[in-house]
Amino acid sequence: AGNEPSWGTPCTQLLVYISTPGCDGFPSLDSKESYKLIVSEGSMLLSAETIWGALRGLETFSQLVGRDENGTYYINETEIVDFPRFPHRGLLLDTSRHYLPLRAILETLDVMAYNKFNVFHWHIVDDPSFPYESSAFPELSRKGAFNAMTHVYTASDVRTVIEYARLRGIRVIPEFDTPGHTLSWGPGAPGLLTPCYVAQQPSGIYGPINPILNSTYQFVTSLFQEVSAVFPDFFIHLGGDEVDFTCWRSNPKIRAFMQEMGFGEDYKKLESFYIQRLLGIVSSLGKGYIVWQEVFDNEVKVKPDTIIHVWKENVMQYKQEMANVTRAGYHALLSAPWYLNRISYGQDWMEAYKVEPLDFRGVPEQKALVIGGEACMWGEFVDVTNLTPRLW
Amino acid sequence: GPGAMGRAMGLAGLLLGLVLVPAVLLSTGLRHGAPRAEAGPAPADWELAADAVPGGSLWPLPQALRTGPRRLQLAPGRFQLVHGARSSAGAGCSLLQDAFRRYYEYMFGHSRRRRWGRRPLGAPALPELSELQVVIEAADPGCDSYPHLGSSEAYHLTVTEPAAILKAYEVWGALRGLETFSQLVHEDDYGSFLVNESEINDFPRFAHRGILLDSSRHYLPLKTILTNLDAMAFNKFNVFHWHIVDDQSFPYQSVYFPELSDKGAYSCNLIYTPADVRLVIEYARSRGIRVIPEFDTPGHTQSWGKGQKGLLTPCYSGKQPTGSFGPVNPAWNTTYDFMTKFFKEISSVFPDAYIHLGGDEVDFSCWKSNPEVKEFMKKQGFGIDYAKLESYYIQKILDIVSSYNKGQVVWQEVFDHKAQLKPDTVVQVWKANYYANELSSVTGAGFSAVLAAPWYLDYISYGQDWKKYYSVEPLNFPGSEEQKKLLIGGEACLWGEFVDATNLTPRLWPRASAVGERLWSSRNVTNLEDAYKRLTSHRCRML
Repeated sequence: AGNEPSWGTPCTQLLVYISTPGCDGFPSLDSKESYKLIVSEGSMLLSAETIWGALRGLETFSQLVGRDENGTYYINETEIVDFPRFPHRGLLLDTSRHYLPLRAILETLDVMAYNKFNVFHWHIVDDPSFPYESSAFPELSRKGAFNAMTHVYTASDVRTVIEYARLRGIRVIPEFDTPGHTLSWGPGAPGLLTPCYVAQQPSGIYGPINPILNSTYQFVTSLFQEVSAVFPDFFIHLGGDEVDFTCWRSNPKIRAFMQEMGFGEDYKKLESFYIQRLLGIVSSLGKGYIVWQEVFDNEVKVKPDTIIHVWKENVMQYKQEMANVTRAGYHALLSAPWYLNRISYGQDWMEAYKVEPLDFRGVPEQKALVIGGEACMWGEFVDVTNLTPRLW
Repeated sequence: GPGAMGRAMGLAGLLLGLVLVPAVLLSTGLRHGAPRAEAGPAPADWELAADAVPGGSLWPLPQALRTGPRRLQLAPGRFQLVHGARSSAGAGCSLLQDAFRRYYEYMFGHSRRRRWGRRPLGAPALPELSELQVVIEAADPGCDSYPHLGSSEAYHLTVTEPAAILKAYEVWGALRGLETFSQLVHEDDYGSFLVNESEINDFPRFAHRGILLDSSRHYLPLKTILTNLDAMAFNKFNVFHWHIVDDQSFPYQSVYFPELSDKGAYSCNLIYTPADVRLVIEYARSRGIRVIPEFDTPGHTQSWGKGQKGLLTPCYSGKQPTGSFGPVNPAWNTTYDFMTKFFKEISSVFPDAYIHLGGDEVDFSCWKSNPEVKEFMKKQGFGIDYAKLESYYIQKILDIVSSYNKGQVVWQEVFDHKAQLKPDTVVQVWKANYYANELSSVTGAGFSAVLAAPWYLDYISYGQDWKKYYSVEPLNFPGSEEQKKLLIGGEACLWGEFVDATNLTPRLWPRASAVGERLWSSRNVTNLEDAYKRLTSHRCRML
């Protein structure tokens, strides 16, 4: 009896105190996630400026509770002051290479909350399939999904994801990647993609979105009008990566347009032409945007508050890229060293852990432009049968 | 083309065409289930399954296959798997009875129409296949026996109306044939169950086709092991190499030495009771799968020392024991008393003719530090060659296990360190460097070999790494025809350092399927594009 630990009075309540009201809003890049947790004899107090901080604190509190060999739950006297180093801590899931059933997405959101992630980057459509059920363009998923009856996200599915995420303090940033990565858009939107040519004849194959047609921009406006209304977050990810110029080059009408515009043979200028118009459209819808690094690399004119997503994986390259992006005054998001789909044998979590996002050449003002990073789980080799053990 | 042949000649023509296949093939293939008979000359009208059959892709690819374009329809409410009239197996063969139910479920399980029973249905659009008759030809079909290395797994399948016939020498071939038949049955766009008229003559290239699971680094719940046995059967694997204990934990509950798991298991509920072990063995047997347990000694035995004091070698620093332990102590008589009793139990619990004795990665440093062991070395005249001590130990274990009429499998070090093996000891080659040379050495010395080296599937990597497993050609080593015959097969290994029930199945499958086809199908089945097409279908089917 003399050696037993002294048990404090049994704790019956964790008091949660929030100073800024508002339970019904959505989390944003500026949300305050800080909290204080005090566990002492006779009182347990979690205080936070906002509900988002309270969620983080509840997770921490739940991790402090232990159970001894007699089955008694206990908690040590503790004092914690906590806040995130980076405001954007994201996870990318790819539901185009393989469809992920709703339960897989919701389960992922749960585990994100256990790990204090706060952004779900939903790479929802891409070349292989278009599972997003659009109300403005129902044909997109009807013709572009792997199976239009079963492998789609209905409007109510999307609402479920957004609300499930919100309850965990997680933002949902959808990515509708254009002008490349859009093959699945073609069947449901005839005339949207560029017809490729082989020896003066259309080959039957299609390439990126056709940037020279007015119809393209009408379509894009309507689609992003819908996306802006469906997804409440201020930001939309617009993609812009890996645009293959071969098809554009093969198309005579596009070549003619290049001449007209004085772009010569520089197809990056055509890509910029498209992207700039897209950014304008999205801006006018009152949304901010995130783009993959090519948009910056190809010198597209973007707004000052654009977030550049650094993903190209060569070690020196990404650090150089982080320096370049921030030196140019843009915010940066880091994913390059965190492509978790690239599995390898053994404890590869250590490589991911050792990454220091601010380890690049730059002045403190530049470093301040790094808003965070994202772990990416691309779906080429991932579906519901292996997502969870591969990611966590 | 093949289509014209089928339509023009009809059934008689089909069978006649088949007789063109050397009768030798039928007699040798079926009767002896020869460990590694080659396919024999393929007549011109045999063709790749994947090319001819739009649905129903096969994995692994049979040795000889002929399909016609003519399709037959199956009605789930009426179709039955039955014993053929001339079969030596009948209603008393519970192994086949269970297999019939299992395969019916695999084929029609999701169909609502199966519950409609035998009410007369409308006239089918296509000729109906109403049953598959299974005919076992050997006088003793083997319903109640255990599969072994020499079992016959060959089968001959004829799919034509009104009844398909599956002939096999022993029940093991019937199990393989049922799996193939279930792969031939496919659904069309309208939900009808169809099968193309076909004739298949099949047998495995290698007789030992195994999967190694490690239940010591991480405990594997029974469900995981049983699910894995199901997956093995889908891929015609026939050996479950159960690496059941190792350094980290001892989950095997021994009757003679209950302390081994009491003290050595991760916890009291993370064990395999005798009932669990019997369940695994029987579940495997019903799928034609042998269970070869591995009790790896003298190294890899840390967990044994918890429940069996005095078994492991105490390590010394100078003249003082450090408190830590090394491999099994080969110098004490009590070691061999223990092993004699322990392997008596193992020999009676596990019915397979073989036990795997391990013998890999023995670290000599603890032995070297122990004064009694050093003394023993002197007495035996081993000098400072600790490999001789290791061999001394292993030889005595081989003798013990032999005395219980069990054959032994050992890891390659046992052979490399020149222990004296029994003539029928099987050597498992696992070291990746120069494994072809090792195969030459082992078979050159007259021992049977099992290849694992290129198939360590725990070494995951990004992308389609199944291709590199598929591309291995086991017989690519310098050696005579006689030597090549001694390579009895191979094993895909899933070591457990980073594997448990949460990730075993997606990590092992369908990557192990590549190894399954390499070990079953003919040597010339190497086309990666064709394999990809069939493997993608097969994988979805396995789900």
